[in-house]
Amino acid sequence: MYHAKYIIPALLVFLAVVTFPFWAKGKAVYRVELKLPANQTECIEDTETMRTSHMQILDHWRDKVVREGERVYTNAKGVKYSMSLTNTCMSCHSDKEKFCDKCHNSVGVAPYCWNCHLTTPKGGK
Amino acid sequence: MAAFYSFMAVLALVFIAAIGAGSAGMYTLFGVAIPYVALLVFLAGFIYRIVYWAKSPVPFSIATTGGQQKSLPWIKNSPWDNPYTVTGTVIRMILEVVTFRSLFRNTKIDLRVDNVKVVYGSAKFLWLFALIFHMAFFTILIRHMRLFLDPVPACIQKIEFLDSILQVGIPTLYQTDLLILVGLTFLLLRRIVDVKVNYISLAQDYFPLFLLLGIAISGIYMRYFIKADVISIKELTMGLLSFKPALPEKALETTFFVHLFLVSCLLAYFPFSKLMHLAGVFLSPTRNLPNNTRRQHYTNPWNDPAIKPHSYAAYEDDFREKMIEAGLPVEKEA
Amino acid sequence: MAKLPPPEELVKINYSTPVKGWMDVPADFRPGTFSYPGKPDILKYLGFPNPREWSPTDADWKLPPDWREIIMKGFRERLDKYRSFKVFMDICVRCGACADKCHFYIGSGDPKNMPVLRAELLRSIYRGEFTVAGKILSRLAGARKLEEDVVKEWFMYFYQCTECRRCSLFCPYGIDTAEITMMARELLTLVGCNINWILEPAANCNRTGNHLGIQPHAYKDMMDFLCEDIETITGIHIEPPVNKKGAEILFITPSGDIFADPGIYTYMGYIMLFHELGLDYTWSTYASEGGNFGLFTSDTMMKKLNGKMYAEAKRLGVKWILGGECGHMWRVINQYMDTMNGPADFLETPVSPITGTRFDAAAGTKMLHIAEFTADLIKNGKLKLDPSRNANLRTTFHDSCNPARGMGLFEEPRYVLKNVCENFVDMPEETIREQTFCCGGGAGLNNEEFMEMRMRGGLPRGSAVKYVQEKNQVNTLVTICAIDRATLPPLCDYWAPGVQVAGLHELVANALVMEGEQERTMNMRQEPLPGFEDAEEEE
Repeated sequence: MYHAKYIIPALLVFLAVVTFPFWAKGKAVYRVELKLPANQTECIEDTETMRTSHMQILDHWRDKVVREGERVYTNAKGVKYSMSLTNTCMSCHSDKEKFCDKCHNSVGVAPYCWNCHLTTPKGGK
Repeated sequence: MAAFYSFMAVLALVFIAAIGAGSAGMYTLFGVAIPYVALLVFLAGFIYRIVYWAKSPVPFSIATTGGQQKSLPWIKNSPWDNPYTVTGTVIRMILEVVTFRSLFRNTKIDLRVDNVKVVYGSAKFLWLFALIFHMAFFTILIRHMRLFLDPVPACIQKIEFLDSILQVGIPTLYQTDLLILVGLTFLLLRRIVDVKVNYISLAQDYFPLFLLLGIAISGIYMRYFIKADVISIKELTMGLLSFKPALPEKALETTFFVHLFLVSCLLAYFPFSKLMHLAGVFLSPTRNLPNNTRRQHYTNPWNDPAIKPHSYAAYEDDFREKMIEAGLPVEKEA
Repeated sequence: MAKLPPPEELVKINYSTPVKGWMDVPADFRPGTFSYPGKPDILKYLGFPNPREWSPTDADWKLPPDWREIIMKGFRERLDKYRSFKVFMDICVRCGACADKCHFYIGSGDPKNMPVLRAELLRSIYRGEFTVAGKILSRLAGARKLEEDVVKEWFMYFYQCTECRRCSLFCPYGIDTAEITMMARELLTLVGCNINWILEPAANCNRTGNHLGIQPHAYKDMMDFLCEDIETITGIHIEPPVNKKGAEILFITPSGDIFADPGIYTYMGYIMLFHELGLDYTWSTYASEGGNFGLFTSDTMMKKLNGKMYAEAKRLGVKWILGGECGHMWRVINQYMDTMNGPADFLETPVSPITGTRFDAAAGTKMLHIAEFTADLIKNGKLKLDPSRNANLRTTFHDSCNPARGMGLFEEPRYVLKNVCENFVDMPEETIREQTFCCGGGAGLNNEEFMEMRMRGGLPRGSAVKYVQEKNQVNTLVTICAIDRATLPPLCDYWAPGVQVAGLHELVANALVMEGEQERTMNMRQEPLPGFEDAEEEE
């Protein structure tokens, strides 16, 4: 082998970078545990819809409230909710850090909801 | 025809994954076994290829000089296109690898038959779209680290933030998702439409393009359309990384397995294909050597000292009389 | 010899691609597109395999019975000897950036003259014989088996490449077709398929010291004859030192320049310049060749021929070597010489005895380019020059491929040229400096029988010359290469009639005001100088 003193280190660096996730792993087991509301068993829609589409529902709410002044959301079962992240969602999911952030942070999603919105009703904390 | 075969091959791969990890339910095979094997093949193949190249020496220093040499002090040298130092060569390599400097030179010819002229035009599209594709691909690769690292490092989040800075749609659109499609589409269409490039293209030129398109499209479909369960996916990837592979409780989407299988194919295919230009460009002797062999010695390991020129003595023996007659000095008188 | 169609006809180039894939298009040996094969006695002299009478147009090329094994063994050996060969076989992505960079492709439209396809001629065999995928998938993997038709195709297209490296400049991975062509030519030589125009000069050079086979006494005669011309022009009698031991500098230049017009004017220019400087130097008949047709044959032959330069420098006891105007000679000196035959510890780093400048750029090989030497003289004001003697010349400069892309010698000759001639203009930037185009006859292809292909390959250069001829009234194409001086005159006559070709030191000699010279009324070509046209007529 020729130029081994350049090629081998370069190859090692490459392999280190490629396999970085293997030896940089943090916790032994990756598991996201969410703190679900104690006093509720149902969200505004079923769990699967909430998982895949909560961002779109919120986005839709924002448009309705801000642009059309409409404040009431009727879900698939006909139950009505106020379209409010802080007052509706976060009244049950009161601890952002133990609910929202759990998933968001663990896969590096940084929604900008809370740049404006409060995390608890009435603006405590 | 080559394009068609390649397209069919990628389509077949999609079906294999869709059926295998879909209706046939071979989740462990597609989610665990194949990715492991693919990565192993990639790593072993990559090392093999590099060692195979490295076993051959670079007997001569053959830089392609793209600018003025360093000679007289009052003549300005092109330090990056015709480097004579290691630093200059490193800069040349960086510019080559990061900005595709040689491709940037690209021109196109136009023959004016009526007045017998060859004229030259700028031809930067290949450079532009190749750069778009490679940069987008690289960014996407980095961005994916959010699924391989826990906690997600701040720099990865920063890249993710920048990549979706236009804040279009929900989930926010990554610009690189569009750009990689744009880049790949250009590279593919160019191969099909440009008669010259079409004529030289082989199946192995189309195959990676289709494969990458398949990977990009399945990825985009997961993010923006079916909203694949990223948490479950990360459970799988982190399990793989900790060598305790376990399928997540919740069944993963078939599209995810298609995506993962195509990526596995890409990994396993990589070291045995032209995609090794990734590593080869660093070992290209016309680029990675300084133009300094008139300045200092460069050694050829197989240089044969036994190869001698036809000696002066033999030359003089051949022509001595004639040389003496012509008044030329000789070593030995006749 | 094939009849050459007129330029208006030749320029009607068909760039469309054949309906059939390139593997199904056999090489067509049409007169004018190939060079004659090596003569058996030349092959025997050089000890090359399979000497025989044959012609590329024959159906049977009389290859040795085990030709396939020979080539495969040679292929494997070269993969083990050259990393460039392995890497270039493996990493091409066929992006096509090189396609229209080749002068032979531009001039012929033959897709196999696209550098990428030229390399694929070898790559397809590499895949078919050395890779598993190639063996299984065959054509689908761009692979094929080595057949006699492949050898014929190689002979056709690797002797339609002038190793000019223009493609390598544009390749994003620096894939150098010159390297690939060198490998292919070596493989072809193993089975006795090579061209006489390369081998005969190589054989000559080995025995007589120069490509043209000029024996020492004849060399001296020719030199004396040129000195008579110098005396006619300048009134100065010069006796240049030949084979002189103990001189400070050994001067080596291509033999083409002592032999034929217009190279002889440059040759005379050297003699005049060195005389005027009072340089302690010598010519050599043993090392009377700057060029090296071994470069176009094999690394062994190149080393063998090149070895004479140092051998002679050592024998004569000089301090350093000065090299004349030549193209591929400088590729060899700059990139191969010291590696093959160095280090030349018995020599010293060149120092100009006139200006005292130390040329560190040549500290390794101890060999200096005449353009660097002269540029330094002019910069230091050591030459008395009268550029008005070149006032009738409107010049442009042809960068030769090898000093351009294998060295980077651009400014030195331009500086000299601008100082000896006031009318200078460059050709379009896509055709000069690192992007320069070949003369169409480099790498040993400057033979007569190849004329049609030379003119085709010369189209980009010819077109650029014609452009400055029409736009700037250029009438002289200056170059620093002996092969150029042989190939560019017919090229200009064909594509840009009315433009003459000159060497740089011919123009230096015109402008050089010498001590004790008579009033100069004529230039090196014995044509009247500007202002003396009438005087000539009266005589």
